[in-house]
Amino acid sequence: MTLAISRRSVLLGLAAATIAGGAEARSWEPNRPVQIVVPAGTGGGADQMARVIQGIVSKHSLMRQPMVVVNKAGGAGAEGFLEAKGARGNPHMLIITLSNLFTTPLATGVPFNWKDLTPVTMMALDEFVLWVKADSPWKTAQDLIEAAKAQRLKIGGTGSKQEDQIITAAITRATGAPFTYVPFRGGGEVAVQLVGGHIDATVNNPIEAVTHWRSGALRPLCVFDEKRLTATEKMTETQAWSDIPTCKEQGLDVDYLMLRGIFMPTGVKPEQVAFYEGLMAKVRETPEWKELMQQGAFNTTSLTGDAFRGWLTREEERHRTLMQEAGFLANPS
Amino acid sequence: MEEIGLLMQGFAVALQPENMLLMLVGVVLGVLIGVLPGLGGANGIAILLPLTFAMPPVSAVIMLSCIYWGALFGGAITSILFNIPGEPWSVATTFDGYPMAQQGKAGEALTAAFTASFFGAFVAVVMITFVAPIIAGFALRFGPPEFFAVMFLSFACFIGMAKGSPLKTLAAMMLGFLLAAVGMDTVTGQLRMTFGSEEMIRGFDFLVAVIGLFGISEILCSIEDGLRFKGQRAKIDLKVVLRTWAELPKHWFLAIRSAVIGCWMGITPAGATPASFMSYGVARRMSKDPNGFGRGKVEGVVAPETAAHAAGTSALLPMLTLGVPGSPTAAVLLGGLIMWGLQPGPMLFVEQKEFVWGLIASMYLGNVAGLLVVLVAVPWFAAILRVPFPIIAALILTVCAIGAYTVSNAEFDIVLMLVFGVIGYVMKKLDYPLAPLVLALVLGDRTEEAFRQSLLVSNGDIGIFFHNWLSGGIMALGIALLAWPVLTWARGALAGGFGRARAA
Repeated sequence: MTLAISRRSVLLGLAAATIAGGAEARSWEPNRPVQIVVPAGTGGGADQMARVIQGIVSKHSLMRQPMVVVNKAGGAGAEGFLEAKGARGNPHMLIITLSNLFTTPLATGVPFNWKDLTPVTMMALDEFVLWVKADSPWKTAQDLIEAAKAQRLKIGGTGSKQEDQIITAAITRATGAPFTYVPFRGGGEVAVQLVGGHIDATVNNPIEAVTHWRSGALRPLCVFDEKRLTATEKMTETQAWSDIPTCKEQGLDVDYLMLRGIFMPTGVKPEQVAFYEGLMAKVRETPEWKELMQQGAFNTTSLTGDAFRGWLTREEERHRTLMQEAGFLANPS
Repeated sequence: MEEIGLLMQGFAVALQPENMLLMLVGVVLGVLIGVLPGLGGANGIAILLPLTFAMPPVSAVIMLSCIYWGALFGGAITSILFNIPGEPWSVATTFDGYPMAQQGKAGEALTAAFTASFFGAFVAVVMITFVAPIIAGFALRFGPPEFFAVMFLSFACFIGMAKGSPLKTLAAMMLGFLLAAVGMDTVTGQLRMTFGSEEMIRGFDFLVAVIGLFGISEILCSIEDGLRFKGQRAKIDLKVVLRTWAELPKHWFLAIRSAVIGCWMGITPAGATPASFMSYGVARRMSKDPNGFGRGKVEGVVAPETAAHAAGTSALLPMLTLGVPGSPTAAVLLGGLIMWGLQPGPMLFVEQKEFVWGLIASMYLGNVAGLLVVLVAVPWFAAILRVPFPIIAALILTVCAIGAYTVSNAEFDIVLMLVFGVIGYVMKKLDYPLAPLVLALVLGDRTEEAFRQSLLVSNGDIGIFFHNWLSGGIMALGIALLAWPVLTWARGALAGGFGRARAA
């Protein structure tokens, strides 16, 4: 974390330097509209983030050219990734990723890997929380696990063989408690199915379930991170995000974070990558971005360059292991 | 009556001059978006969303919801004039709207469609105003089995609409299901029937298929008929609006029934498309003259349009109160809410009163503004039919191609559209109905998903569809509707068999 912070401040310094020396000969700027590809449908977490970035860039005039959001959701995002893979050398295309950067190729065998893209920057990490209905008898993660051992319970989540199901499989692996995983289309739908009592628990992102928590319909049991969330503002009468224990504290040794990162096609020049690194650093300093981070209780870690690459390499390996253990790989070898 | 007071405050917000202007701009943009097939309300709002980032949330949402209104109205225009549904929920409008246009009654059909839309939306807004919290609770009762039951009922209603051979209807429907299964399977996370092709990963988009099946095949048929447009040259002026209005009150019961179907489908949230089909099916079933449907009956325009708009409007309710969008457009609006720092869901009504009631007030006003704009334009729209066919055919073809491309920015979809055009032409020539194919294509994967989710929940026990009065009741109704034609047919066949036996 300290490393991340120091890198961030260095980056900010660089960004400031770029602004100061804007007329420098070596700096590059887009000369056509920049497309930002969303490998997911409209209205989801990645789509929201892309549109917020687009809004921030135009509102604060951070770039001379406009930014256009394009959804390529086909095949759990494979369509978007393959398009970015095929756009070699195009400096006017960005792609925002979620965990399907790893899971889609592993689960479907679509010929794609994150190394077919140029990593630009990690914008944030999305947290996962274990939710149950507020009127259920389960007060801690252990209560839920014990109940699941006695009687098979249902966990709902977004999509199949993606982050939600991977976490569910990891819980089963860590505790031996079996769960039936029921896939739905989007996080909002999953939260409402839980409120309606059609499923027993979810692993929704904070932003997907926060409104039902505040209205008193849902109860968070634990957060799948190594440390507690940082937001201390009271969300309900008694609780803030920071009051939710980690799953590890509750004896459930599972942690998972989802990448929200920006990539470019391969074959682009270093000064082009630097331009977008600087642009995104400026985006992260705006009040609108901070508001989004706070609302969704995001983990605001940000990485670029080699640190980001290292993180991606480790995460890919982790996903391969997690998915292999769960039997989700298309080509197990 | 706290609601009335809050609503009046809402009107005060919405009636500020700059908001009125935004409303008008929104409606006009929306109509344009609705007219272009492919560029649906969802796309339109997604494109314009960032522009509203700098506005106050109330103004922004007023403009965006007016675009939504405009698109809802605009979808009917191309369906009636050219047999090309601009939006998924306008498919059912083509069944009678297009024959009316061919008989020279384009003005009447448009007026009926717009007025019906207005009525449907109005009923839904009134419902949102007064019973939002109760209805929102009802939506929570819908889990996968209930959702499947609703879909099943939509299909069952539709079977009654089959004209001609039941086997051909079934064949067309199965083809639709087959096409709907291509692409990503949400339940297992596997790609199905893509044959290793990157273009097939997307699956077959409903709009691309509809543009081809209806639009392109219609042009092929017209060319075969000797390059002339079947639209009769009727004298068209604004009086046609008044004439049609004089006729409409006698369909009051039909309109109310359709509005109820629409509201219910919008909240559940199954959406506007199944609502329009279901309402059309029920109208035909209940009509004294079911055979007149499909040949240019004004009821066949009123029923789907009323239901589609009631559903489209009430779809905003689950979005506001639960944070679950009832339609793709609502999903984009949802993204907008979050961007403006508003958290959709149960707390919105409590914490953001000014915003919510401003939005509801703008629904009333936007609906009225939309109706005025489109009605004034009726003669101009209908006059398009006077343009010589070779010119208009080229224009339609261009608009279709742009539409197919816009759906997911893919050139391959234009090729697909042309292929679907040829398929549609062949099916028309061989007398296979297109509508069941379209219905299965648009609802197929949601239906399959709900079915398999239910079985996952129940560990494969089919009894889950009858586990409570809600899903059990809807399923029973659907089965009864399905069995009805079989029973009538069986009775007829038996009676006929006896008759022949006796005669012999």
